[in-house]
Amino acid sequence: MRELTYREAIREALRQEMKRDEKVFLLGEEIAEYGGAYKVTKGLVEEFGRERVRNTPLAEAAIAGASLGSALVGMRPVAEFMYVDFTPIAMDQIFNQIAKLRYMTGGMVTVPLVIRTQGGGGVAAGPHHSQSWEALFTHVPGLIVVMPATPYDAKGLMKASIRENNPVIYIEHKGLYNQSGEVPEDDYLVPLGKAEVKREGSDITVISWSRSVVRALKAAETLEKEGISLEVVDLRTLRPLDEGLILDSVLKTSRAMVVHEACRTSGYGAEVAATIAEKAFDYLDAPVQRVAAYDAPVPFNPNLENYVLPNEDRIIEAAKELLGK
Amino acid sequence: MPKIDGAKLAEIYTIMLRCRSFEERAIAEYRKGLPGFIHSAVGQEVMPATFCSFLRDDDYILTTHRGHADITAKGARFDKMMAELFAKKTGYCKGKGGSMHIAAVDRNIIGATGVVADGVPIASGVALGCKMQNIDRVTVCFLGDGATCAGAFHEGMGFAAIWDLPVIFACTNNFYQQSTPIRDYTKLTDLTDRAKAYGIPAVSVDGNDPEALAPAASEAIERARSGKGPTFVVGSSYRFYGHHMGDPGTDYRTKEEVEEWRQKDPIVRFRDKLIKTRVLTEAKANELQDAIDKELDEAVKYAIESPEPELEEALTDIYYEAGQN
Repeated sequence: MRELTYREAIREALRQEMKRDEKVFLLGEEIAEYGGAYKVTKGLVEEFGRERVRNTPLAEAAIAGASLGSALVGMRPVAEFMYVDFTPIAMDQIFNQIAKLRYMTGGMVTVPLVIRTQGGGGVAAGPHHSQSWEALFTHVPGLIVVMPATPYDAKGLMKASIRENNPVIYIEHKGLYNQSGEVPEDDYLVPLGKAEVKREGSDITVISWSRSVVRALKAAETLEKEGISLEVVDLRTLRPLDEGLILDSVLKTSRAMVVHEACRTSGYGAEVAATIAEKAFDYLDAPVQRVAAYDAPVPFNPNLENYVLPNEDRIIEAAKELLGK
Repeated sequence: MPKIDGAKLAEIYTIMLRCRSFEERAIAEYRKGLPGFIHSAVGQEVMPATFCSFLRDDDYILTTHRGHADITAKGARFDKMMAELFAKKTGYCKGKGGSMHIAAVDRNIIGATGVVADGVPIASGVALGCKMQNIDRVTVCFLGDGATCAGAFHEGMGFAAIWDLPVIFACTNNFYQQSTPIRDYTKLTDLTDRAKAYGIPAVSVDGNDPEALAPAASEAIERARSGKGPTFVVGSSYRFYGHHMGDPGTDYRTKEEVEEWRQKDPIVRFRDKLIKTRVLTEAKANELQDAIDKELDEAVKYAIESPEPELEEALTDIYYEAGQN
């Protein structure tokens, strides 16, 4: 099967959906000829024109608000927020309007929109361009939160997100754009709300998402040589959480660990850990561990950054600790 | 351009009267013990009545926490509005939105925001969606002077400007941002300067005089409808009651100032003028009031007799689910 990069997979999803449904349109900063800061939308304006691949002024709150408004009257916008670090400018529109308008109107309106953004560190982009803020979005009822880790999932989840009649926050990772993987050419969907076991194992359930899945898989390879078997679960969708798959895995392994690049305190790992503790307590042989970034802004210096973020070594160390080694 | 003749003026008067009557009745019922807040629009009826008299049924409006007059003017039903204030399941928002969030999609009242200025970018989005789909509808975004400091106001107006969107920003300037007088929150003496910053036309009118406002309102609507873009209309007016019904409104405004404006009550003035110029007779005016009062009696009865929502409904309408409308 042919391979695409994560970037190309998302682009293909956008192109296929825009061809399939004329209501789908893109808006965001620098997404037209420039192709977006991470070049995800490169080439699309030449194919679909400047109405449907629409550069906006530098105004995140209006990007969010206008996405909502257009979705209310029949369009299906996919709005790009250049960095997840910039989304707080739009948080009021996202949390107070996009997430709630259906509820507040007693179900009178439907809000089919996708906000695509990217986060994460590892490229010395510094404190304002390296963060992981998915936990904030998972906290608000009314939003769906999706974070693909592979090119295959990126394409399928984007297509599913665009077809979903609810607001989806789709968070990419800047460190994954160049990663390649097998991606079918055809029109396939990855269902929202379904996690996936990316690597089967028997000793520890490692729950992760986005780039941390890649780190966890590398750690799993290393540990296999030492006779430790990690089962790596990729959430893919954070909210709604696929509890069933997680609990099935924990039943099997009796030990669980969450790995995420966001800061430890109040990261989404806390939600996953609490859920496992509530629902699988009797099956656990050890407390649920969390491997996450230290509670600090992401520093610029590459060594400091690597120290702060949950690297492979820390995953290995946590796994051994979980097994009492 | 539509004619502003006796019939039109009588129409505007009727709408004004409906707005005032609903609001005074809502306040009376609220004082008997309704939950939440009422931000009354008493004294500010002319702007919504005049604008809505020039709108088609399928044009859109967005409104604010002080929205009862706006939605009455756009044709919302007294009974479903009242039921919403009573928090009943038969209210427009099934009791889940309340006074500040009443929407009525069948009247193309597409939303009301409790967060000041949020409607501005959303309205631009609605207008964008109409323009992209060649839907011949304009959008009126009602807002107050206080909203013109907020970031969302600027971002949203910027989008409307650069994309020539069919939206009208109808700003009621009642000279106070809640309790802060206008001279304490802006250096501007003319709020239309805000529009100069975006390069769109703006006009300042007496927002309490239907005959002064009507040409400006209808011109702005025609401009939007003919594809020539947005207008910022600032109509001066005054809020007779406090910010909400728990606020006397005189801790930051003198009693003399309030009384001075009450003496210039736009409903009384306009009624007198229309009777003097024989557009209306006194009998006809009384008949109108009687009919409205009767409609309000029925609306209150409907609200009182309607059931409360079941507790489980607190958890519905958060997400669109397949099979719903």
